[in-house]
Amino acid sequence: MGSTLHLVGFALLKITLILLVFVMGVATVLTWLERKYSAFMQDRIGPNRANIGKLRLGGLLHMIADPIKMIFKEDFTPSEASPWLYRLAPFLAVVPPMVIFAVIPFGPGDAFVISNAGIGMLFILALSSLGVYGAVIGAWASNNKYSLLGGLRTSAQMISYEVTIGLNLVGVFMIYESISLQGIIVEQGDVLFGFLPAWGIVLQPVAFILFLFASVAESKRAPFDAPEGDSEIVAGYHLEYSSMKFALFALGEFIEVVGIACIGACVFLGGWQIPWVQHTGGILLTAAEVGIFIAKVFFLIWLQMAIRWTAPRFRYDQVMRLGWKYMLPISLANILLTGVVLYLVKGA
Amino acid sequence: MGYKVNRPEFTLAENAYFVEMAKGIGVATKHLVENLASRKHTVTREYPEQQPEYAARYRGQHRLMLRDDGRARCVACMLCSTACPAKCITIQAGDYGDDQVEKYPIKFEIDLLVCVYCGMCEEACPCDAIRMDSGVHAAPELHRAASRVGKVDLLRLGELSIAQQGGTFR
Repeated sequence: MGSTLHLVGFALLKITLILLVFVMGVATVLTWLERKYSAFMQDRIGPNRANIGKLRLGGLLHMIADPIKMIFKEDFTPSEASPWLYRLAPFLAVVPPMVIFAVIPFGPGDAFVISNAGIGMLFILALSSLGVYGAVIGAWASNNKYSLLGGLRTSAQMISYEVTIGLNLVGVFMIYESISLQGIIVEQGDVLFGFLPAWGIVLQPVAFILFLFASVAESKRAPFDAPEGDSEIVAGYHLEYSSMKFALFALGEFIEVVGIACIGACVFLGGWQIPWVQHTGGILLTAAEVGIFIAKVFFLIWLQMAIRWTAPRFRYDQVMRLGWKYMLPISLANILLTGVVLYLVKGA
Repeated sequence: MGYKVNRPEFTLAENAYFVEMAKGIGVATKHLVENLASRKHTVTREYPEQQPEYAARYRGQHRLMLRDDGRARCVACMLCSTACPAKCITIQAGDYGDDQVEKYPIKFEIDLLVCVYCGMCEEACPCDAIRMDSGVHAAPELHRAASRVGKVDLLRLGELSIAQQGGTFR
């Protein structure tokens, strides 16, 4: 009995630390950091006014002020909206990206992952295809023409780019012969030709770039924010949402950003592997490995933000053309090439 | 005859999108780093703390000039309120009695919400008693009545100025 209780307690502790402390913490800081980042990029100053007395912390307190404001806003439901689906949609937008973190290994072994599932990547792909429902159901239930247009764009865009994401991961699965995230990371500890770490980005550079762009499209952020398209369809699928329901959509987007960064770090950047350092155990080395994983995650978050604030929005037909006519054929060619090279290197 | 506009074709690298994207991220990151280091490109003025510098001939809020003995230079001749196209100046004249300066304004009110800041009052004034070079702009107020500034406030703005006051009536 005691050991069962211990296991449950340890699992709950891991869930709390990863979901509530790391994911929610980072997503909340991102709401401020992204605005600050874009401001400095565009030669502005950004939010810096929220204060407690004289204390401003460069605007960091905005991440507390914003939720307080959101909670006290009117929670509006359009009279013609479908009542249950309208209330359900924000949760569908926020829960699937959060559940992804159940299989993300933050460090070596079983201690730093909520569930060290053998089907890790399949689980993630399945959940990311659930992500489309939040936006589409919300769009339809709002009973608003602009929302519906946004929902149409969302469904088409997310389904198109899921194909590319899946196909780009196939090459990685072929090389590392595993679909468990922990297994993929362990395989990336090797060193090629004596000096190159056998990371996914080294072995599959094309897949990394395509994965990154397809993931940005999947999270509906600029330059792929046609589903929101403020200048054309006002705010797209979350047009009618206000108060904390709107905040949930925004939070879901930021959690997706963190999730994409985590998956990218695991699959393409070697996860918790420190290049040229063998994993031998020991508390210090393990702590350093967790630290370097989080550093990699932040690098990928930065990259996503840089993409978002560099490129203007694609027209909708450009989004579709890029997805189906360029990214999909390149991913297929990448798989073929990977197969041929693997056959030549490893033999039949 | 029309002429041919030279429209450069996209090169392969530009069409491939990812190369140009990487360049763009480079430019953005350069701005980010430079702005973080020294706010090199930032032009935003943090308004309430950083007041704008007005031009030398900026027409701001009115002020009433003083004589050497501290009395208002205004002689309540009503020329400014007559010249005013917005009819925002209200003057009530008073008599000093046995003095070289015969009249003075008991009440001198300007409704800043009505004023169009044209400067006609300055030009009309024969005694250089009203000026608009106070370097202050009209403050937003919660109530309309607060925007009707009276003689006392206008004279205080006159005192604050470093401009030459004075002038005796000969």
